[in-house]
Amino acid sequence: MALLEVENIHSYYGNIHALKGVSLSVDKGEIVTLIGGNGAGKSTTLRTITGIMKPHEGHVRLEGNDLAPFKPHEIVYKGVAMVPEGRRIFARLSVAENLEMGAYTLTNKSKLNQNMERVYKLFPRLKERRSQVAGTLSGGEQQMLATGRALMADPTVLLMDEPSMGLAPVLVELIFDTIQQINKEGTTILLVEQNALMALSIAHRGYVLQTGEIVISDTAENLKQNVTVQKAYLGME
Amino acid sequence: MLRTWRQRITLTDIVVWAIGVAIGAVIIIGTIATLRSGKYSANTWLDLTVKGLALGGVYALIAMGYTLVYGILRMINFAHSEVFMSGPFTAVFLANALSRSGFMDRQPLIGMLLVLALSIAVSMTIAVLLERIAYRPLRHAPRLVPLITAIGASFFLQYVFRGLYGSGFQAYAIPKVLQGSITIGGLRIFNTQIAVILGALGMMFALYAIVQWTKTGKAMRAVSEDKEAAALMGIDVDRIISLTFALGGISAGAAGILYALLFPVVNFIMGFIPGLKAFTAAVLGGIGNVPGAFLGAMILGLIESIGPNLFLDGLGVPTPSQLKDAIAFTILVFILIFRPTGILGERMAQSKA
Ligand SMILES: Nc1ncnc2c1ncn2[C@@H]1O[C@H](COP(=O)(O)OP(=O)(O)OP(=O)(O)O)[C@@H](O)[C@H]1O
Ligand SMILES: [Mg+2]
Repeated sequence: MALLEVENIHSYYGNIHALKGVSLSVDKGEIVTLIGGNGAGKSTTLRTITGIMKPHEGHVRLEGNDLAPFKPHEIVYKGVAMVPEGRRIFARLSVAENLEMGAYTLTNKSKLNQNMERVYKLFPRLKERRSQVAGTLSGGEQQMLATGRALMADPTVLLMDEPSMGLAPVLVELIFDTIQQINKEGTTILLVEQNALMALSIAHRGYVLQTGEIVISDTAENLKQNVTVQKAYLGME
Repeated sequence: MLRTWRQRITLTDIVVWAIGVAIGAVIIIGTIATLRSGKYSANTWLDLTVKGLALGGVYALIAMGYTLVYGILRMINFAHSEVFMSGPFTAVFLANALSRSGFMDRQPLIGMLLVLALSIAVSMTIAVLLERIAYRPLRHAPRLVPLITAIGASFFLQYVFRGLYGSGFQAYAIPKVLQGSITIGGLRIFNTQIAVILGALGMMFALYAIVQWTKTGKAMRAVSEDKEAAALMGIDVDRIISLTFALGGISAGAAGILYALLFPVVNFIMGFIPGLKAFTAAVLGGIGNVPGAFLGAMILGLIESIGPNLFLDGLGVPTPSQLKDAIAFTILVFILIFRPTGILGERMAQSKA
């Protein structure tokens, strides 16, 4: 049984049919990437998994349990964390307070401190800035914070929506190294990326989403060799 | 740069500025005339200052309700004046019963705490129910809709309480320990004023500590910034909004008892003027900002108390203190025109961008 299973979901914004029967699954311990062009429905897929949007049809299951009856915050308690598109950090809270909010589901204070140390070790820059108001961080630092914040809850599944957006190449490297590292430590990852090359280089498997439908599904290795993928998403002719 | 600025000035701007300058001139001339006449002693001014601080403390506690709710929902809860009224208007019956039975004199501390607890409980319940029943279903409606609902809810609550307790004024029995006054260096301070100032400061500090340092308070601030992102942290947004209304209700209920110590009559319409003044204070300080509400309330309390005598007496206005409400609301209009973000509001607006 897959850890996370999305089965034939249809999601709408008003009468815009954004997802037209998307199915995908993520096994425990995997990094799975979802690639696709602008407006393909990648963010909508993640938003539907977190419960922020409810599908009109289809199911999202975590460890076999249908998530339909649960509110977004309850789904977080079940072990799903998200690095949302556009970071969405709390600009008026300090760096440390943002991380504390990431650990909102934890009741154990020493676990919280332990996780905070882990995040500070991954991103020493955040430690230096911990009492600074998050809105004054640079874009890259904000992305580190958004990633760190999602790790604070010890998620079983981490959903990441374009963590490399707007970052300098060095920082992209750092974020992707971090993704691999937390995956090795046991977190399962569903990664949405525009940067398909980077995403496929760390993922085990991938799906290609096009106007609300999954058009290709394969191992990362095969996707890199796939002519359609190369043309459309890897910038090769 | 200068040209575009010039082009943007309209006739209304000129008129508004002219009125502003005229009011400023009246204030300055009046103040100089009053001070030169030497009609009031230093003690009178100190006396008015103490009065202003007590009043400001009460406004600050009411203003918390406006500012917390605005912070989290970006809505002005115009029914908050009735949240404020409901507590003391209910607790007056307990207070008077305890006084009549002599319990209040035998156990003043326990008696007062019971009255305070009842007032807080009623105001808190009304605030939470108000959000649950009247505002929550409209959370995603256009902003005008909850505003109209709030005004409707305000009348509804006024007339429900009028129906329950009658339309008359109820005299509020002040416990014996709080009657009387102390004199420090010729300055006479009423015990009730001391109780109000200490009570309000204690309450304000507790509220600030909750919002700033507790997990729930941090969650409130997170929700006020981004509800969706907060939900993705596992925060139950509806629960936090309920708690925010509860906190506003608690401070309004406490404010109600303190207000009744200063003006010991209560009735179903008692919330209207203090509610509007506290709203003015919240806007003056920068709505949505907790320290701002405190600052705005203190300034408003002081201006309202000292202002009429200081600004108007020297101009020969016969009973200046009757114009205190006019002064308070003139302030509201002028902040809205010249500095709608309030004193501390700017910082918030900046970091939001
Ligand atoms: N709030 C909204 N209201 C209406 N339509 C929306 C909304 N959000 C997204 N859409 C539409 O739904 C479709 C899918 O959007 P989505 O955000 O999932 O795309 P995406 O794959 O994440 O794109 P990008 O790579 O640009 O982030 C798009 O056609 C988009 O215009
Ligand atoms: Mg997207």
